[in-house]
Amino acid sequence: MIKDITIGQFFPGNSIVHRLDPRIKLLLTVIYIVMLFVADTFCALGAGVVFLLISFLLSGIPIKMMLKSVKPIVPIILFTGILNLFFISTGDILFQWKFIRITEDGVRTMIFMATRIILLICGTSLLTYTTSPITLTDAIERILSPLKVIKFPAHEIAMMMTIALRFIPTLIEETDKIMSAQKARGADMETGSILKRAKALIPILIPLFVSAFRRAEELALAMECRCYHGGDGRTRLKQLKTAPRDYAAVAVAILFLAAVIVLNRFSPI
Amino acid sequence: MDKFIEIKGATFSYVDEYDDPPTKNTVIKNVSLDIDRGEFVAVLGHNGSGKSTLAKLLNAINLPESGDVLIEGMNTKDESRLYDIRKTVGMVFQNPDNQIVATVVEEDVAFALENIGVEPSEIRRRVDEALKTVGMYDYREHAPHKLSGGQKQRIAIAGVLAMKPECIVMDEPTAMLDPIGRREIMSTIKELNASGVTIVLITHYMEEAAQAGRVVVMNDGEVIADDTPKRVFSQAEMLKGVGLDVPDVTDLTHALIKEGLKLPDDIISEDECVDELYKLLKKG
Repeated sequence: MIKDITIGQFFPGNSIVHRLDPRIKLLLTVIYIVMLFVADTFCALGAGVVFLLISFLLSGIPIKMMLKSVKPIVPIILFTGILNLFFISTGDILFQWKFIRITEDGVRTMIFMATRIILLICGTSLLTYTTSPITLTDAIERILSPLKVIKFPAHEIAMMMTIALRFIPTLIEETDKIMSAQKARGADMETGSILKRAKALIPILIPLFVSAFRRAEELALAMECRCYHGGDGRTRLKQLKTAPRDYAAVAVAILFLAAVIVLNRFSPI
Repeated sequence: MDKFIEIKGATFSYVDEYDDPPTKNTVIKNVSLDIDRGEFVAVLGHNGSGKSTLAKLLNAINLPESGDVLIEGMNTKDESRLYDIRKTVGMVFQNPDNQIVATVVEEDVAFALENIGVEPSEIRRRVDEALKTVGMYDYREHAPHKLSGGQKQRIAIAGVLAMKPECIVMDEPTAMLDPIGRREIMSTIKELNASGVTIVLITHYMEEAAQAGRVVVMNDGEVIADDTPKRVFSQAEMLKGVGLDVPDVTDLTHALIKEGLKLPDDIISEDECVDELYKLLKKG
């Protein structure tokens, strides 16, 4: 049952967005985020929406998935929306009751902020929808590798992320087994107060940790047997190569960023 | 010319520093053993007989406390040759889950080659070759956790094989597998050996040891028998004395011999047993 959880919501595919160099995709995501934060007017934000929609259409990921990615952050959107609505007191007053005052500026900021957060989440989830975790890790390693000069452990961090990703399904399976074993011995994990249920987790977590350490030791041994000695002098099976389409994508993104800046100046709202 | 693998009077012990005073548990006692190129050696022994520790002496995971271990003349104590030794003697462990590093099959097989700095195009070629050898080429883009135990273990073997080692030491590679997985691994091992790779198989399954060319029996840190499977298994009493069994067919033929049937006492495989019984019945 727990085995079905997918980590990272990667949708394999062969669209142009999937085939972009992961480093470029990270860069595009950063440009997109800058775009959203630079935009002050609705028209400028509109340029961000167009950019997002084009990317989604090119990726072949159903728009439904875009909406699904927003679902978990609805409470945050509501929370910031309400704060903005009640605490911004400039502009024409639309409604007043005792000390509660709702102004035009408040409504505008609420809608603006909500749109911005939604766009932010949709854009970044497109990155994880179209890039497998392992490719993403690889890209992060290569982007950070210049920092090795200042002793930043880029390779080590990427290796840890890879191993963590690799062991998530294994450890989930193991948790399942331990839970069944404890249930078979009469452990009760589904009833009682929260405190009681939290306590019932201890007999699951302890064996899980013990086994994780044992696995770590064996894995380290197996890695040593296969001549692992850190990132020095290491080559890779898959080389990342940028293609013309990567530069084209960056150019388009920069154009959109320019459009946002221009629209900020000249658009009415 | 140097011998391929030469263990000269090696002794090894684990020291438990947390005990007060520290206790020393000697698990390998003055063992000497030579292994020739292309051999298929099975090392038998019950739990705690030192067979796994012996395996780890072969690629410098454990260093002997006294005595020497030489791989193609390279001493495992010589740190400058460490990676040469590990490239020559690969090692496969019991639990396939705990030796797979990457989340994609081919990336895992490439791991060792990436570590020793092989060119990307050469990595590609060797990874494909290793995967084809173990019959897992069609699964090269799969996630390892979705494969069966036997398949995962074959991936682990491919990961070692990609280094082109001359010898592969397998530490109970079938212990966590179901019978189907066990059969898959045994046939992979035999194919590898036929193609010239030296195999050292640590096991406690008599049926597996019977398929080797030579059987070394360990007990309490010492080698107590070192011969062909037929000759080792015909000493059923000695094996039982050290907590080991003989293959079921050997047990059966020995029981039949006791009952007065005229059978050879060195039968170790089912086919052989069937043949001999058939001959006997035909004679009537």
